[in-house]
Amino acid sequence: MERKLVLRGMLAGAIAGVAAFVFARIFAEPQIQAAIDYENGRDAAQQALDKASGLPTVIPGMEIFSRAVQADVGIGTGIVVVGIAMGLLYSVAYAFCLGRVGRLRPRTLAMLTALGGFLGTYLVPFIKYPANPPAIGHPDTIGQRGNLYLAMVACSLLLLVGATVLGRRLQPRLGTWNATLVAGTSYVVGIGVVMTLLPQLGELPANVSTYGHHATETPLPLTDAKGTIVYPGFPADILFSFRLYSAAAQLILWTTLGLIYAPMAERLLTPQPPRATAATPREPNPVGAP
Amino acid sequence: MSSWSVPVRVATPIVMPVSRGVAWLSGAVVVGLALYYFTGVDQGAYSVFGADAHVHEFVHDARHFLGFPCH
Repeated sequence: MERKLVLRGMLAGAIAGVAAFVFARIFAEPQIQAAIDYENGRDAAQQALDKASGLPTVIPGMEIFSRAVQADVGIGTGIVVVGIAMGLLYSVAYAFCLGRVGRLRPRTLAMLTALGGFLGTYLVPFIKYPANPPAIGHPDTIGQRGNLYLAMVACSLLLLVGATVLGRRLQPRLGTWNATLVAGTSYVVGIGVVMTLLPQLGELPANVSTYGHHATETPLPLTDAKGTIVYPGFPADILFSFRLYSAAAQLILWTTLGLIYAPMAERLLTPQPPRATAATPREPNPVGAP
Repeated sequence: MSSWSVPVRVATPIVMPVSRGVAWLSGAVVVGLALYYFTGVDQGAYSVFGADAHVHEFVHDARHFLGFPCH
């Protein structure tokens, strides 16, 4: 049984990854390319400034993979692999929740588990540390940013599990409706405290010492020695579109995962009606019928 | 307190004993976390292959788009 649940999770995750990739290839890649173009233009402007003021200029390093590879094969592989990873972890969460979270049909539980995955692994961390296109993010702080993001994912998942346990505990006393409300509210309060305690990326010490106090690492306008703007800040429209599509892709991934897993789990877990015995001959099932 | 209990209709009757499926379930967790780590995190904040950046550069766009910090 657990083997079947896990393998079905893997399959559903792979299909969900392909669906998210198709969306990403059409909608995200133009935004990613626009962000890279901005970054290249900004680097060129920075070099011109450095040259004019007699500073040593940095020669950009060679790219390992071409943009074409990154934008087609690379993003496809990345999203499908993450889809498989999410499918595997999702199936384990599903197996664990079976029969432990109240009387739910297998397919209802499948959709609720997918909702939990969407919230826990992406949307809640996104509220604090949203997805950023290329050109945003200082190389010096990647270690801290990576840790903070993973901490945010871990906290949102742990608090989600905690809220579910709390809801189950309160349900006999408060009823399902009120227990759900209390558990949901405690989750919002808990994650709100975590978000308040974790630092804003712009306030990391390395950023404050170089750029001053800002909320994020989004590039500000580039100015010359006299303070004249020579290159604009990161375009707000590209940033918004990129983040909107990023959230939409995750929504597609988790919805597809849940919708594909739900009927498979329903078939797997619903007791089959007793089969006709060998004594009563029946028409053979057509190929592929359950 | 009543001394009798009404049989409850359970829609998801199967409670999987954690001990039984432990091999498949823990295997799925390990593989799932490894795939998540190598696509999203490795050669960024941490790197198990030292200074190499092939995995990072190959899945570069996916990493940005899936919300992981990059560069």
